[in-house]
Amino acid sequence: MSELATERQIDRSKMHVGSDVAIQINNMNKWYGAFHVLRDINLTVNEGERIVVAGPSGSGKSTLIRCINRLEEHQQGDIIVDGTELTSDLKNIDKVRREVGMCFQHFNLFPHLTILENCTLAPIWVRKTPRKEAEEIAMHFLEKVKIPEQADKYPGQLSGGQQQRVAIARSLCMKPRIMLFDEPTSALDPEMIKEVLDTMIELAEEGMTMICVTHEMGFARQVANRVIFMDQGQIVEQNEPEEFFNNPKSDRTKLFLSQILGH
Amino acid sequence: MSDISFVRTDMLPEQEPPATTVGFVGWARANLFSSPLNAILSILSIVAVLFVLSVILPWAFMSSWNATSLTDCREQIAAAYGPDHHGACWAVIKDRWVQLVFGFYPPYPIDGTAHLGSPPEGAWPAYFRPIATFVLILTAVAPVLFDKLPRKMLLITAVFPFLMPWMMWGGTFWNPVGAMLGFGIGYLAYRFIAPIAGSLAGVIAAALLPIIWWLFLMGGFASTMQSIIALDIPTVNSRKFGGFTVSIFIGVVAIVGSLPLGIILALGRQSDLLIVKALCVGFIEFIRGVPLITLLFVASTLLNIFLPPGTEFDIILRVLIMVTLFASAYMAEVVRGGLAALPRGQYEAADALGLDYWKAQRLIIMPQALKISIPGIVSTFIGIFKDTTLVSIIAILDPLGLTAGIRANAQWNGIYWELFAFIAFVFFIFCFSMSRYSMYLERKLKTSH
Repeated sequence: MSELATERQIDRSKMHVGSDVAIQINNMNKWYGAFHVLRDINLTVNEGERIVVAGPSGSGKSTLIRCINRLEEHQQGDIIVDGTELTSDLKNIDKVRREVGMCFQHFNLFPHLTILENCTLAPIWVRKTPRKEAEEIAMHFLEKVKIPEQADKYPGQLSGGQQQRVAIARSLCMKPRIMLFDEPTSALDPEMIKEVLDTMIELAEEGMTMICVTHEMGFARQVANRVIFMDQGQIVEQNEPEEFFNNPKSDRTKLFLSQILGH
Repeated sequence: MSDISFVRTDMLPEQEPPATTVGFVGWARANLFSSPLNAILSILSIVAVLFVLSVILPWAFMSSWNATSLTDCREQIAAAYGPDHHGACWAVIKDRWVQLVFGFYPPYPIDGTAHLGSPPEGAWPAYFRPIATFVLILTAVAPVLFDKLPRKMLLITAVFPFLMPWMMWGGTFWNPVGAMLGFGIGYLAYRFIAPIAGSLAGVIAAALLPIIWWLFLMGGFASTMQSIIALDIPTVNSRKFGGFTVSIFIGVVAIVGSLPLGIILALGRQSDLLIVKALCVGFIEFIRGVPLITLLFVASTLLNIFLPPGTEFDIILRVLIMVTLFASAYMAEVVRGGLAALPRGQYEAADALGLDYWKAQRLIIMPQALKISIPGIVSTFIGIFKDTTLVSIIAILDPLGLTAGIRANAQWNGIYWELFAFIAFVFFIFCFSMSRYSMYLERKLKTSH
């Protein structure tokens, strides 16, 4: 897994971390019933940051990013996204969700709509974009993920990698300021992983703020500016990728890395 | 090692498949005689089918169409086919089909008299109103069933639930207008109250205000408007309704009403709001736990005891409400099945894109849940339509109820099979069409290949 995700050179000209805070998480705790799934999470994400969250399964990394757009509710602490605090106020939640795009492990495309309709649905109904304009935006992003020719097909007719790229395009059509990726390549064949990672790299090259839960350590090394390692609901270690991979501090991180990079 | 090396020098040409695997022979081999047991079962089945047909076909076709009574029929059949032949006496259908179709609905509802023989001066054709209602139903349903038809026809679909009762019962045109206004009031209530008091208060107001309007204010509105601008057609009493007209009337209302009600109940049952959920679960479980006949008896007799004395609450209207509520409880469970079959990810994707609850339901969840539930929904529709025959128990003269009356007549005393066969045949046409349509729809909506 340590080899590079892609052969091509990454253009870092637009990849810089801004000084504006995009996401601020303070002392956040979450329980599933009596199970303490996230423990005292503190995290500040600046605009333009590309963060990879790694960790063993069940460590709470997916739950953490799902809290950022309130797919999961946290019980203690604050989450402030783009200046809006996430509370039970539906208006704030809707506002955050408009600014935060998300890609799922299982793509979650809408199977009863064509690719184009998948991409135009939210702009038309949430952003009130006129249909024609929404279709132009959708085609623009479908071209970007290199599948404009599939626009009139249904998700069931596409391969997994194509579906995930459509899912990315669908999120981008809402012109989000932050993108969350929840194990976007975990359900894909090795061949398709590359095409999805390439799309994500392009997105990073344009300066998108991204938080990715992934096991693709090559991607983390190349693209991320920070790697966060979680275990048992806590942030165990975070560092720049070079340091993180070459010089891990905690024993738990060392063990994890030796397992994931060992073969 | 050289033993296993092989190089093909000339390519094989394409050949015809063996004659025993294609055409009728191939089909029969694969489907009827694929094993000794299958062969025996096939032969037995063919013998059984032939036997049944050998009994039914002579009965149905070596029959009498022109007779004035059952005795007459038997004489004609004995004369034509010999004294031992049992033939159907279809003459009863020929004699009474108008009644089986329209019940006692007056052919010319102008002044309340029967007008036997010649139609009154200036009247519309006989049975104009039930026939026009049936045509209206077809035109209203067509654009829903077939999306190739012009979308403007949906306007007819929107007004037909209001027009249909008016065309059947008659009375002032301001009644359907008033009923439509109720929905307008609900919409306005939501529109103005939701931004001020929140969407929950908006929904409650949108539900309550129209009900108040329909129950207490609409009657006054209709009669006032009627006194200003008189727009009315002669009224027809519910007791005159009968035959397939009443079956179709009740069936269509129950089908059209139960789907939206069922969807709302299914959503309510999944709601996070505890009281809404408890109400929906209670309603569904109560209705499903009680036989329809019991509910119909409640509608026909008990309800009068609870209502204030002197309240006139139309019997057909009561039946319509009961059958619709009954059907909606079943519909709710069918739709809930569809909702449960949707992966969690669909809800999450809709949420993550910023769609609110109602938009997510309308655009993402319901189209898929309803598509999954098509077979169940259509089964429920068919069930409701057939259940309308139960109203004969509370003395509404649906086709089954009419058979008793026809047999009570001295001419046709003793006739059973022909009447029931005819009624079964008509019901079969309707139910089979619904079933075929559902299969067509499933094929059409299939998006995975």
